Amino acid sequence: MKKLVLLTALFAASAFAADPEYRLVISEHRFQPTELTVPAGQKIKLIVENRDATPEEFESHDLNREKVIAGKSSATIFIGPLKAGSYAFVGEYNEKTAKGVIIAK
Amino acid sequence: MLASAIIVFREVLEAALLVGIVAAATRAVPGRNLWLGGGVLAGLTGAAIVAVFTESIASLASGVGQEVFNAVILGIAVVMLAWHNIWMSAHGAALAADAKRVGGAIRDGRSECSVLLIVVGLAVLREGSECVLFLYGIAATEGFGSSMLIGGLAGVVAGVTAGYVLYAGLVRLPMRWIFAATGLLVLFLAAGMASQAARFLIQADLLPSLATPLWDTSGWLSETSVVGTLLRSLIGYDARPAGMQILFYVAALALIAFGMRRVAQGKSTSNGRRAAA
Repeated sequence: MKKLVLLTALFAASAFAADPEYRLVISEHRFQPTELTVPAGQKIKLIVENRDATPEEFESHDLNREKVIAGKSSATIFIGPLKAGSYAFVGEYNEKTAKGVIIAK
Repeated sequence: MLASAIIVFREVLEAALLVGIVAAATRAVPGRNLWLGGGVLAGLTGAAIVAVFTESIASLASGVGQEVFNAVILGIAVVMLAWHNIWMSAHGAALAADAKRVGGAIRDGRSECSVLLIVVGLAVLREGSECVLFLYGIAATEGFGSSMLIGGLAGVVAGVTAGYVLYAGLVRLPMRWIFAATGLLVLFLAAGMASQAARFLIQADLLPSLATPLWDTSGWLSETSVVGTLLRSLIGYDARPAGMQILFYVAALALIAFGMRRVAQGKSTSNGRRAAA
């Protein structure tokens, strides 16, 4: 446990290094933009703003990420570093309409 | 309707399988039904509370509160499951032989049961809060009695049934196999949870990923397939694990297995000495 705390403290410091930020907006159960291009080989800070009143879960098997975003709030999700390629994501609670793709170049 | 049933089923499955395994493992522990029921109830209550406070939890720790919260819950569950497994390797045989005669084991059984209550409660809390949020979203947009909501409830029933089927299968085994089987299941369950905890900490940027992903087996066995979903819940199958997740998985597996062996060996040598005296 001590080791874990140390590790966490050690790597938390890396969080302060500025990772490039990208934004997604959820509105009426749709993502905007539906296609987001990001640099490959670099960790990315993804900010997802949910403008709907209901909660949504950002989910991507391709990115191995999931996060619940409460209604009318924003969430931060760190992804990557990604290999070049496309990575699909959905809003799990409204999978029919809420979908998009992240393209790493 | 089917979509919402599947989403809820996936969330419920993990907790239900855990409850099924733990219930089978502690079959001989006196009063465990009460403890199990208490754990599920506490978990459900907690899930509702967490769902209500989702936004406040998320905004903690500069926006990564949800990940830290999940990782902490998973971390506690891993420790409790480890404790359970190690305790079972020491007392399981005695419980199996004759539950009534081993007074000491029954006393210990009480502390074992409180661990059980926590494990079950945490599993239900974590998976349950996402279900509650999802169902709340449906109820808010489509109203109660909508087909989506009915689908969600069907998902709950299906998940609980899966847990019960696993339990019913396990308790049909001879007593000494139950302990071996549930011990192994709990071991992998705990390792999977450790890997999930690591994933949340990576997502929060509190841990480095060490290769994202280390490998990709999604083409071979998708996490969304039936087998993939089951394996994900049971042994923590991840089609695209980060290097750090594998590190946590292997470390948890090795540490718990080592603890179980140490305790089991110590037990057999002390029994041997008693027999010799």
